[in-house]
Amino acid sequence: MTPAPPEAQPDARPTPPNQAPPLRELHATVALVRAFELAVAALYRDGEVPGFVHTSLGQEAVAAGVAAALRPDDYLATTHRGHGHVLAKGADVDAMMAELFGKVTGLGRGKGGSMHIADPALGILGANAIVGAGIPLIVGAALSSKQLGQDRVAVAFFGEGAVNQGSFHEAVNLAAIWNLPAIFLCENNLYAEFTDSSTMTRIGSVAERAIGGYGVHAATVDGNDAAAVHAATVDAADRCRRGEGPVLIEAMTYRWHGHYEGDGQTYKPDNEASRWRERDPLTVLRARIVAEGLGSDDELDAVERVADERIERAVTAARAAELPAGEEAYEHVFGA
Amino acid sequence: MSSAPETVPTRYMHAINAGMADVLERDPTAVVMGIDVAAGGGIFTVTKGLSERFGADRVIDTPISEMGYVGAAVGAAMTGLRPIVEIMFMDFLGVCLDPIMNQAAKLRYMTAGALEIPIVFRTQTGAGKSAGAQHSQSLEAMVAHVPGLKVVMPGTVTDAKDLLIQAAADPNPVVYVENRRLYSMKGALDEDPRPLGQARVAVPGDDVTVVTWGQMVRECMAAAEASSASIEVIDLRSLVPLDMDTVLASAARTGRLLVVHEAVQDFGAGAEIAARAGQELFDLLRVPIRRIGTPSVPMPFTPTLEQLLMPQRDQIVRAADEMVAEG
Repeated sequence: MTPAPPEAQPDARPTPPNQAPPLRELHATVALVRAFELAVAALYRDGEVPGFVHTSLGQEAVAAGVAAALRPDDYLATTHRGHGHVLAKGADVDAMMAELFGKVTGLGRGKGGSMHIADPALGILGANAIVGAGIPLIVGAALSSKQLGQDRVAVAFFGEGAVNQGSFHEAVNLAAIWNLPAIFLCENNLYAEFTDSSTMTRIGSVAERAIGGYGVHAATVDGNDAAAVHAATVDAADRCRRGEGPVLIEAMTYRWHGHYEGDGQTYKPDNEASRWRERDPLTVLRARIVAEGLGSDDELDAVERVADERIERAVTAARAAELPAGEEAYEHVFGA
Repeated sequence: MSSAPETVPTRYMHAINAGMADVLERDPTAVVMGIDVAAGGGIFTVTKGLSERFGADRVIDTPISEMGYVGAAVGAAMTGLRPIVEIMFMDFLGVCLDPIMNQAAKLRYMTAGALEIPIVFRTQTGAGKSAGAQHSQSLEAMVAHVPGLKVVMPGTVTDAKDLLIQAAADPNPVVYVENRRLYSMKGALDEDPRPLGQARVAVPGDDVTVVTWGQMVRECMAAAEASSASIEVIDLRSLVPLDMDTVLASAARTGRLLVVHEAVQDFGAGAEIAARAGQELFDLLRVPIRRIGTPSVPMPFTPTLEQLLMPQRDQIVRAADEMVAEG
């Protein structure tokens, strides 16, 4: 079973005036992530980027919508498919690209790679190569926030494939019993690696599992509509900061590319991808911006060109950067 | 390390409790987390009284949910808290290894030092009480094998407190392994305090160097007393960092090295120590290096079989005597 792409839906509740979705900002972020991921896919294909690469093409609205609803000091932890989340939270584009190249100018000085990008100064506690592992970590960040009397919110991104891991269930339960300011952000892109996720559970939705299983507030949103994701995250963050406990958001979206770059995707039905591409997060945003008179097609084209150029500069800089010196292999195992 | 000299003997378990109280008292960001650590005071009563003294916000009961709460403790350590998180039996590492092995141990490295994870994984082991194969394992070699984790195993009352305080102050993840057979052992709180990472000569001697840690320190000290050979007992105190300098200096002098541990012998930490000593001291050793550990079988339940397998005092004495007789 593969659900059809959701139709664009009006927000269920009117958006308060001070929380109108920042559509232009969302568009710029989606454009940046799109440009980054397209560039990385090509670089990987050409053998310039080593290792494994998992792109978030088609899912960019989730990253943009969530990040725009967060404060700079809020935490996030993400997954192997985390470039978009990290970029949207404000990580330096050059340092990210350099990390993918394994260069010393990278955020992890070339020792982390695509799946381990972090920038704690921006609340980015890291991408993670173990499915579901970031979820308990973010519960810990939420515990710190509460314990230290801060009102920081902590967001764990994960896919619907992670929802069958024990770490998800244990973490959501902990956040629930401790009433922590944690947002569990499930990007449901329909596939757990190569497998149709609906064949791996008898429960219809992730939101249902969170509500029924753990008694936490949960909502399902159109993950290709950045404004809808933004509204849901604003609401979730408000609930967290009011001390109402954790929230789960299930954002329905679609992974345009394979589990990793180079995955032949023989497991996907014909035409599925093309139907989802009709609801490209970038197109959805552009249509709304133009319809609301917040920008013209020419202006939006210009924003996307700027994003492309920004990424090109990052690629040029990453190519030119140095590889780490041999002794760096032995550094940072322990702190003094 | 230790405060005022303590004349009244303290039990090992109370020293651990005092160590945690000291940390909680001095550091407002420190928390103790685990199953039954608060209201219940811990299944071995090691955390007794801490919840009453420091409150349920700082001494936190968790569900039986190790992957969740150990993972959360790692996340908390990344964001400003300094957790001492209890894994009730070392065997239960099996259900929460990811946050320890893949997260805490590696995140500093992968982020080039941007993430710091000051956390203590407090756990205990100790065969010999018919706890069965799933509650009797000494898995220190397994965690010591993962780069990025420090591993300490206090074998004295002083270390039970001092090593815990030092582990909590360390900016790195530390696995702190108690031995439940030592819980009732009495000793002084100020006996030869020293920094984490430094081994200690527990008994000086000239004929055989016996390297050990944890509960086996006591057994080896008793063996030293019983043996006709002059045995030098080295209490390693920590496997990571491993103080090979102290081991090598002693073995170079005695010419005989015996490593004793409660963990199973095959692929145990004794093999690492023997390999390093063999490489460094090949010409100085008078006899081949020996190891004593539990044979590599799951620990049986019935007391007779359990005692048959566990390293015994007599076995240590016999090995040392044989090594002296050999040359």
